[in-house]
Amino acid sequence: MKKTNCKTAPGDTGNRAEAKARWNPYLVGLGLGLLSWVAFGILDEPLGISTALSSASSVCALPVIGSAGVANNAYWAKNPLQWNGGLLFLIGTFLGSLLSVLVSRTFRLEKVPATWSQQFGGSPAKRFVAAFLGGVIIMFGARMAGGCTSGHGISGSLQLALSSWTFFLTMFASGIVTALVLFRKPSGSTK
Amino acid sequence: MNFPVSAETARWLAIPMGIIFGVLLHRGGVANYNVIVNQFRFKDFTVLKIMFTAIIVGGIGVLLLKNTGHAQYHIKPANMLGVVMGAALFGIGMVLYGYCPGTGVAAMATGSLHAIVGFVGMLVGGVFYALSFTWVEAHIQKVAALGKIRLPDITGIPDWGWFVILSIIAGTVFWLIETRFKRTANPPPAASREN
Repeated sequence: MKKTNCKTAPGDTGNRAEAKARWNPYLVGLGLGLLSWVAFGILDEPLGISTALSSASSVCALPVIGSAGVANNAYWAKNPLQWNGGLLFLIGTFLGSLLSVLVSRTFRLEKVPATWSQQFGGSPAKRFVAAFLGGVIIMFGARMAGGCTSGHGISGSLQLALSSWTFFLTMFASGIVTALVLFRKPSGSTK
Repeated sequence: MNFPVSAETARWLAIPMGIIFGVLLHRGGVANYNVIVNQFRFKDFTVLKIMFTAIIVGGIGVLLLKNTGHAQYHIKPANMLGVVMGAALFGIGMVLYGYCPGTGVAAMATGSLHAIVGFVGMLVGGVFYALSFTWVEAHIQKVAALGKIRLPDITGIPDWGWFVILSIIAGTVFWLIETRFKRTANPPPAASREN
C-alpha cells in the first residue's frame, strides 16, 4: 500500500501499480458493509447506482425526442433527473475513484485490457464495440430487474430480499455462461 | 421513524458517501476489467470476497439498526419474471462490458477508455428502457409479482438464522478459495510482491 512510487512499465497490460495499490478484499467488503450502515441509518436510502444513471440518460434522449418527449415518458416522469442523493452519490463515486487513482499514482490509459486481448487481439475498435453493446445490455437489464450490483447485489441482498437474491444468483449464472462462450478455447471451437 | 439528519443534509452527505464508495471500488481492484471478467471464469475471486463480506457485515448491522428503530428496510419488489430476465441480461452485459454500472463509473476515472465507451452504452440502454417502460410494466413486471417479500417470509427461517447460514457458506467458500484454489486464484502480482 505504501510502495506506490514504482513506475508502471509502458507496455504493462496488467497495470502492476494498480494491483500493488489494492487493499485486502475482505477489508474492502467490510468497508462497504459499514457504508451500508450509514446509508440505512443516516441517509435512509440504500446505496445504488443504476437509477441515477437511467435518469441521467434522459439527457441523451433530449435531442431525439425533445423535452416534451422526455416529460411525457412514463419512466422519466417517475425517475426525473434531479440533484438528488442518487445522482450526487454517482458523481461522488467517480470523484472517489479519481482521488484514489491520483493518490496511488495508478492512472493509466487503457484501450484494450489484457484478458480481452489474449482472446480477441489488440484491436481497440473490436473492444469498444463489445463495451458499448455490453453497456446497453447491462443497463437495460439493470432497469428491468430493478437494480444493479449495488442496489440489488449488496443493498438488497443484505436485507435478505427475495428479488435481490434472485437477481444475484441469476446474474452470476448468466455471467458464467457468457464467459464460457466468450472466452472458450480457440482450439475447442467447432466453427 | 426518526433519522439523525434532515433529508436535505442526507442529500449532500451522498457526495462523501459516494467518494468513499469510489475509493473502496478502486482499492478493492474491482474498477479493473480483468478482475471482474476473471471472477466469472473462476480465475479471480475478488468480487465474491468483497460482495459476500459486504452483505454479511452490512446485513447484520442494518438488521440491528432496524430492530432498535434506527433504520427501515427498502425492499425491491419481487417481480420474478422481470428480475430473472433483467438479471440474465445483466450477466451478459457485465461480461461483455467487463464492469457493472458502479465499477464502470469508477473505472472511467482510472483511465479506462473502453469503460467510457461502455458508459455511453449504458446511457443508451437507459434510453431504450425508458422508451419500452410502459410495455415492460404491463407485460413483464406484472408476471409472478410476489411483492416486497424477504427470504425469512418464504422459508420461515428467521433473520438471524439466515445470517448464520450465510456466514457458514461465506466462511466455507472463503476457506476453499484461500486454501485449495490459492495457486490458481489471484494471479496478478504474486511474483512482484516480495514482502
